[in-house]
Amino acid sequence: MSEPITSKRGNFAARSLDLEAGRVDMNHGGGGRAMAQLVAELFQAEFNNPFLAQGNDAALLPSAAGQLVMTTDAYVVSPLFFPGGDIGSLAVHGTINDIAMVGARPLYLSAAFVIEEGLPLADLARIVASMARASREAGVPVVTGDTKVVERGKADGLFITTTGVGTVPEGIIFSGDRIRSGDAILLSGSIGDHGVAIMSAREGLSFNAPIESDSAALHDLVTAMIAAVPEIRCLRDPTRGGLAATLNELATQSELGFVIEETAIPINPVVRGACEILGLDPLGIANEGKLIAFCPPEHAAMLLSVMQAHPLGRDAAIIGTAGQDPRNFVRLRTSLGTERVVDWLFGSQLPRIC
Amino acid sequence: MNLIEQFRDGGLAHALCDAIAAACRPDRDYRLMEVCGGHTHVIARYSLEDLLPPQVRLVHGPGCPVCVLPAGRIDLAIGLALDRGVILCTYGDMMRVPGSHRATLTRARAAGADIRMVLSTLDALRIAHENPAREVVFLGIGFETTAPATAVALKVARSEALANFSVLNNHLLTAPALRAVLGEGDETTLDGLIAPGHVSTIIGTRLYDEFAERGQGVYVAGFEPLDLLEAVLLLIRQINDRAPRVDNGYSRALTAEGNPRALAAMAETMPERRGFEWRGLGILADSATQIGEDFAAFDAERRFDLCYEPVPDPKSCICADIVRGARRPEACKLFGTVCTPDDPIGPCMVSSEGACAAQWRFGRHRLAPTAGAVAA
Repeated sequence: MSEPITSKRGNFAARSLDLEAGRVDMNHGGGGRAMAQLVAELFQAEFNNPFLAQGNDAALLPSAAGQLVMTTDAYVVSPLFFPGGDIGSLAVHGTINDIAMVGARPLYLSAAFVIEEGLPLADLARIVASMARASREAGVPVVTGDTKVVERGKADGLFITTTGVGTVPEGIIFSGDRIRSGDAILLSGSIGDHGVAIMSAREGLSFNAPIESDSAALHDLVTAMIAAVPEIRCLRDPTRGGLAATLNELATQSELGFVIEETAIPINPVVRGACEILGLDPLGIANEGKLIAFCPPEHAAMLLSVMQAHPLGRDAAIIGTAGQDPRNFVRLRTSLGTERVVDWLFGSQLPRIC
Repeated sequence: MNLIEQFRDGGLAHALCDAIAAACRPDRDYRLMEVCGGHTHVIARYSLEDLLPPQVRLVHGPGCPVCVLPAGRIDLAIGLALDRGVILCTYGDMMRVPGSHRATLTRARAAGADIRMVLSTLDALRIAHENPAREVVFLGIGFETTAPATAVALKVARSEALANFSVLNNHLLTAPALRAVLGEGDETTLDGLIAPGHVSTIIGTRLYDEFAERGQGVYVAGFEPLDLLEAVLLLIRQINDRAPRVDNGYSRALTAEGNPRALAAMAETMPERRGFEWRGLGILADSATQIGEDFAAFDAERRFDLCYEPVPDPKSCICADIVRGARRPEACKLFGTVCTPDDPIGPCMVSSEGACAAQWRFGRHRLAPTAGAVAA
């Protein structure tokens, strides 16, 4: 059951929420006055929009032309705040990107919060504000939501699930099985920033230069790309598992093989250095503001220039080519001119001993 | 950051390979062992073997501490975490290494054990401070590269009289492993050794003199592709000249003396252990360390009265031969069929630096498509 984020500010309590020193407690999830106050003074105040203000169990939304696209994603991040973002902005960007990757225009988001008892209200307020800012900047409102509070120790501070709805015009079908032998593979920018930023925040590692998450909403970039090159075959954002997992997934889906060039893949030198120290492969590290695109080779130069003209694609590069391969391998041509397999991650990447 | 790129320069690599090809005598082979798993990993990651002439064979050695730790030692750690309720702290490498019956620390954690990955022994000490009512055990593993950090933890724990901290010590020593692989002096089928750079920053290069005196060329190499190609070239020249010696190819990081402070900390806290079982190599004399009498209070084996039980290696698994350099990963019936990094049987497939994992991850495009799960 989802309770509506109420539209009306009532006289919930004698005092407003203590957003400086207060903490979330079980009352905030109990369905009573405390919860109504939390919803009104925090969520509704920040996400404020006419759909949310309807105050019903579900948001009534105008229908839009085209095919409907829907996606959902749960965000579980430790720590909740990291250089370049936080769980709130991430939950907006990630879901918008999933919609954008099928060529759709994201229209609405919903958000469910599972909050651990004891979370400082100040942290929650900061996250909700960041989420609302990300949603406003992207032009995609949060139109409905849900709040639950669980006992201490049962959630890692806060879990957020966002669901997104969008539309894609008839005729646009981006899918891994549309990739053809000879297609060019383009990457919108440097890889590994998000994963290394999280890792440095989690493990308390500091590097000479700060590494910030690349968390960003990519739908504007995608709109520009589709306008210039409607022949794009497939888009995908290489999030968990990084470039390696995404390319392997697409190689399997397309029943082809890919060859990528090590020297063409943009990597921030600080990220590269951090990976060297920790024994991690940047190809397997998560991104939250990057996409890979496949298009027929004759359109690759045009697509690249459009991507590079956009702020979120200024470091874009053509990194490889699709080809026939019965074993669907992703291969990397190294800086030495040799070839090796780029494999899926097995388990999660773990820092090595020595 | 050019420090990295310079050692991966394609032009220099090809120039080195041309020099290697020119140095190779057509009438003989060169079998060079890279001792360290870190080197094995770099060789596979850059497919360096594809650049070398066919006379040059790189043989993978026993230098991955994860690969040579026997299953029985993992069982001790799992038992502590699952049955004795300790907080077990360990490096990430250990999480998926199978003990007996394919139990792992990852599975023990899923079953309720409190197992925490740490990046340093200082983190384990911190956890002990934060949990005064719990026993905290650090699972110490690795060669002389990681042992000094454990030594420091022992010293700190003693100076702070930390009552709830101990170490399950599995630290290994490099030289006995090399002696075991190379035989004690007479015959060996290896022509040269590429010695590990990282561990040598601690132990220095003098320790390798005995191998050179027995006719084995040694080149201590760093961990970049050009380091390794240079090692191959200079070892081939040593072999051709019949002038075995110890060359320091990692002078940017190490000296002949190594790190005396680190060695002193090890000597103070962890003397040699009389015999220690290595996976694949059996029980090797004086090949590991144990926690010294002065630090007995911090020895998990004594504190919890642990008794080591040897466990036979899995049937058909040839990891034992692989760590000795006797066979290659693809010779194993299990390789890529039932043993993959996702579900490893033997330790060489578990460790990201194990020879099997390296070959599977980076080199399986060279294998026949019929090799088991390769075609999947």
